[in-house]
Amino acid sequence: MAGVSVDVELDCKGMFCPMPIVQLKKVTKNMKPGQVLRLVATDPGSARDIPAWAGKTGNKVLKASEDSGIFTFLIEVS
Amino acid sequence: MSERKKIAIIVHSGTLDKLYSVFMLSSTGGAMDADVHLFFTFWGLNALKRGGLDSAKLPGIMSVGTGMMKDKIKKVGTPTLTELLAMCRSTGNVKIYACSTTMAIMDVKKEDLIPEVDDIVGAATFLDIAMDADVQLFI
Repeated sequence: MAGVSVDVELDCKGMFCPMPIVQLKKVTKNMKPGQVLRLVATDPGSARDIPAWAGKTGNKVLKASEDSGIFTFLIEVS
Repeated sequence: MSERKKIAIIVHSGTLDKLYSVFMLSSTGGAMDADVHLFFTFWGLNALKRGGLDSAKLPGIMSVGTGMMKDKIKKVGTPTLTELLAMCRSTGNVKIYACSTTMAIMDVKKEDLIPEVDDIVGAATFLDIAMDADVQLFI
């Protein structure tokens, strides 16, 4: 995803459900449409939880990846 | 954006384990932009009394292990029930109702309840909400 600039960083490493989702909601509430957030998490549940959240709230997961137990998501706020 | 969803939960239990299920699902549901309606009845009503969430214990004989469980919950960084309630409220999507009949049976007055209670209602109000809810749970 070269060319995507990240506006907000959210570090959820070490947090377990429901904290990453609660934090995600809190932070994205103050973002403008089109802005991009990068979330990193270590809770294995976040692999499916974050896309599920995005689907229900109408936000878009631009990229999801996992590297040695660290999950990274780029989310465009709508 | 997809259509807004509705979650209706009867909170019948007042034990720590079950209340965690209630408040984790509600804080997450609220964060997912769902309208969450919590109807506290019977033992669940104790959770709405002032100090009730902090004094919730594990069920039955396991109650002796409540402190140990709370320590473990704290160790993984999971919020207390009171903190989860605050997170529910901060989403603006979670409504809390107290069952009027349970209040009468257990001699609980409105002023005994925490200020987060939105309304005191009966079964018809809950059913009216639950009948067209997307998720209905009894916990």
